[in-house]
Amino acid sequence: MTYLAKPRLHHPTLPKNRRGYTRRDYEGAISTLCAGCGHDSISAALIQACFELDVEPHRVAKLSGIGCSSKTPTYFLGNSHGFNSVHGRMPSVLTGANLANRDLLYLGVSGDGDSASIGLGQFAHCMRRGVNMVYIVENNGVYGLTKGQFSATADRGSKSKRGVVNTDAAIDMAQLALQLGASFVARSFSGDKEQLVPLIKAAIEHRGAAFIDVVSPCVAFNNHAGSTKSYDYVREHNEAVNRLDVMVPRAAISAQYPPGSVRAITLHDGSTMLLHKLAADYDPGDRIRAMNYLAERQAQGQVVTGLLYAEAEPEDLHASLNTVSGPLNALGERELCPGAAALEKFNASLR
Amino acid sequence: MKATDIGNPDYFHKVVDCQWACPSHTPVPEYIRLIAAGRYGDAYLVNWKSNVFPGILGRTCDRPCEPACRRSRVEDADAREPVAICRLKRVAADQKEDIRARLPQPAAQRNGKRVACVGAGPASLTVARDLAPLGYEVVVLDGEQRAGGMIRSQIPKFRLPEEVIDEEVGYVLDLGVEFRGGQYVSSLRALLAEGWDAVFVGCGAPRGRDLELPGRREAAAHIHVGIDWLASVSFGHVTRVGKRVIVLGGGNTAMDCCRSAKRLGGEDVKVIVRSGFEEMKASPWEKEDAMHEGIPILNFLVPKAFLHEGGKLTGMTFEKVQAVYDANGRRSLIPTGEPDQAFACDEVLVAVGQENAFPWIERDLGIEFDRWGMPKLDPKTLQSTLPRVFFGGDAALGPKNIIWAVAHGHDAAISIDRHCHGEDVAVRPPPGVNLVSQKMGIHEWSYDNEIALDRRYRVPWRDVNVALKSIKVEVELGFDAKTAFREAQRCLNCDVQTVFSAKLCIECDACVDICPMDCITFTHGGEEQDLRSRLRAPAANLAQALYLADGLKTGRVMVKDEDVCLHCGLCAERCPTGAWDMQKFALDVTHAGPGCRDRRAPVRKVA
Repeated sequence: MTYLAKPRLHHPTLPKNRRGYTRRDYEGAISTLCAGCGHDSISAALIQACFELDVEPHRVAKLSGIGCSSKTPTYFLGNSHGFNSVHGRMPSVLTGANLANRDLLYLGVSGDGDSASIGLGQFAHCMRRGVNMVYIVENNGVYGLTKGQFSATADRGSKSKRGVVNTDAAIDMAQLALQLGASFVARSFSGDKEQLVPLIKAAIEHRGAAFIDVVSPCVAFNNHAGSTKSYDYVREHNEAVNRLDVMVPRAAISAQYPPGSVRAITLHDGSTMLLHKLAADYDPGDRIRAMNYLAERQAQGQVVTGLLYAEAEPEDLHASLNTVSGPLNALGERELCPGAAALEKFNASLR
Repeated sequence: MKATDIGNPDYFHKVVDCQWACPSHTPVPEYIRLIAAGRYGDAYLVNWKSNVFPGILGRTCDRPCEPACRRSRVEDADAREPVAICRLKRVAADQKEDIRARLPQPAAQRNGKRVACVGAGPASLTVARDLAPLGYEVVVLDGEQRAGGMIRSQIPKFRLPEEVIDEEVGYVLDLGVEFRGGQYVSSLRALLAEGWDAVFVGCGAPRGRDLELPGRREAAAHIHVGIDWLASVSFGHVTRVGKRVIVLGGGNTAMDCCRSAKRLGGEDVKVIVRSGFEEMKASPWEKEDAMHEGIPILNFLVPKAFLHEGGKLTGMTFEKVQAVYDANGRRSLIPTGEPDQAFACDEVLVAVGQENAFPWIERDLGIEFDRWGMPKLDPKTLQSTLPRVFFGGDAALGPKNIIWAVAHGHDAAISIDRHCHGEDVAVRPPPGVNLVSQKMGIHEWSYDNEIALDRRYRVPWRDVNVALKSIKVEVELGFDAKTAFREAQRCLNCDVQTVFSAKLCIECDACVDICPMDCITFTHGGEEQDLRSRLRAPAANLAQALYLADGLKTGRVMVKDEDVCLHCGLCAERCPTGAWDMQKFALDVTHAGPGCRDRRAPVRKVA
């Protein structure tokens, strides 16, 4: 926690994006989280991703629940819309907002306590409905705000700071998202922005329920020997299955890769996602195999990271519900009140 | 690229750009903090120790510190300006309480060594200040009646009031230094025959260059060499000047000449220079001051002839030239072919440069001179080829400025001290260095780390109509305490260093994320050139070091580009493990005295 606002001065060569904004323009208020918190790194990655994608800040809605992670939307995109909801209820508030205005970019920020315990049901239904959003779980395995009790994602057998061993089975949020039908599932690590930033960009480009489980060490309560969510442990056990480069349409793809090692996936807006395979036998296009792979590696004590699964042509909630194509606030009186004749006709269709 | 050796005193010293640029290495951020705290006397003494003439330099220094100031690299592109370091120094001098009791006392006991200083300018006075308290019998000889040298003779009083000179020259002479005014040294042989243990030559560059053009002799009565004329003005021998005055030359002397002429009755005063306006040698602020007083500066005009009628100067002709650069970037001034331009005038002041002159040094004393007539010296020790004769200031390496003269004085004093103790003068004492954490608590630093966004404050000027009425009314009024505080807050505290300890780092990226200037990068190692291109922000300023630390768990290296660091300490505040710390770097330049010698007097133990 710091009391000093980040000085407004910036590097003289700080670049601007196509919207005329610098990366600094995507920052928020100064973080009041503990120094070294992984969550701050995730905020920085979100800032970087939004800057690189030329996101217009006023077209973004940040929603969160309760917890350390849910505080973070204050610390990035200071000029975007925000909603700090009830504990675990971010998904339903976000779903409602999304139904009302489908044109905004929805960032749902939650933690392992918020999403894996009190909000588990909310998380499940948001994923299976395919709400078009980026759902980020900042996963540190503990309740930091209440002084470090195990959360539902803490691995069985891992040790708390006071030496207590966790006896409960862990919930694997990425596995759960795969099982629940999320059309984009990834896992990353707050200490690896080279991996995380492209994943967030790909998730933003994805038009469907995009879920990223980000392991984010809690320096205050879960960064000791015996923890499975510490900087050291995750660095040691990280198995990245692939690396992503997300190319916006205007950028020329200049890098050369050996044939066969890269798969290019074109996204809905003409962006290209370049997928570098790191694990030869991993295919992020196959949900069942992805689930098996995760389970196998987890049994071996590895933390699988990278793009785990992505559906090329996702279908979102609006498509399933056949809603109007624009936001509700753009509808005129005629569309909203089609008149007595229309009502009569509609009622007749139900008789 | 290898890991940075932060144990080398030069590394962090270089980060303090102002102090590094200052010839006498004045600890600028330290005294600026004291000014902000209202501790003017303390700020003055920090200066006095290092540069001997804070009040004088606070008005007249060539301020090499300001172009170096980091502040001018970090502000928004539309208004990048350094901290007004020089004028803050003046605040310390103007606002201080009586500090006389805190100055060194004359030595209680003489050490039996006698040193003669030729010339009573800043170099000699610095030697005297450094040596007299140590017990040396220091005698300063000067042809003028009062001590000060060029400070007194050449700098107009409207820039530097007499009282300031008297005060600060007085502090030196009060240390038990003997001043023999009105004693022009006309023979070094005779001086050496008096048996001095060392002789310091600080006689300046006393000869102004003349212009031998047609008409120079005929109109001599109305053509003056700039520095001689300034001296005559300073000592009251000249009190009037013609209505139309041309000043030739583009240096600071020319600026002093034209502004003086404007105050002595010159109505149409103009400066005419050979070069372009931009290439003029005068400091930008001195040009600005002259133009502020309504003095035009005409450029690319090469003087051709003095026009005269019946022994009276009537004007000058000039050839119009343009600058042409060859393939090597060398400039030559080529006539444009336009007809010559004539300017009518009543008087001309020639300020086209200064030369050294040593007519009083016999050439068979063992002091060798080079082909430019300058003494052969070791630039570090300032010792001549006659071991007991030392040079300093403009007399040593050609015309420079006061702060260089002071720096030479310190160096020469060390040489003299070692020489008089039978030690090798080539061995130079290392500086004292201290690095202390500024952490006071979780969010508490012992310095104000909040970055003020204020733009540089202007020093108020006296109303130009009032100022131009008198040669003695000081033009600049100096900052008041409130403005001084605000200006002081612009200082980035570059001496509070970011010190990194790799073994404590957990590579959480918190410092990288918080750094407002994108100075910090964690990456794989490489050659410096390669690293500079792939940092978080390109490190294009090659004059500024990269701070590299290895020994991280992941095998990467931490690279910090020192160039635009604000020293805000946020990296240290956001660091969970204390791998970053803000530590104040204090450089204590060793002056003459026991500390500069090999054989030290035994240190008395504290009981």
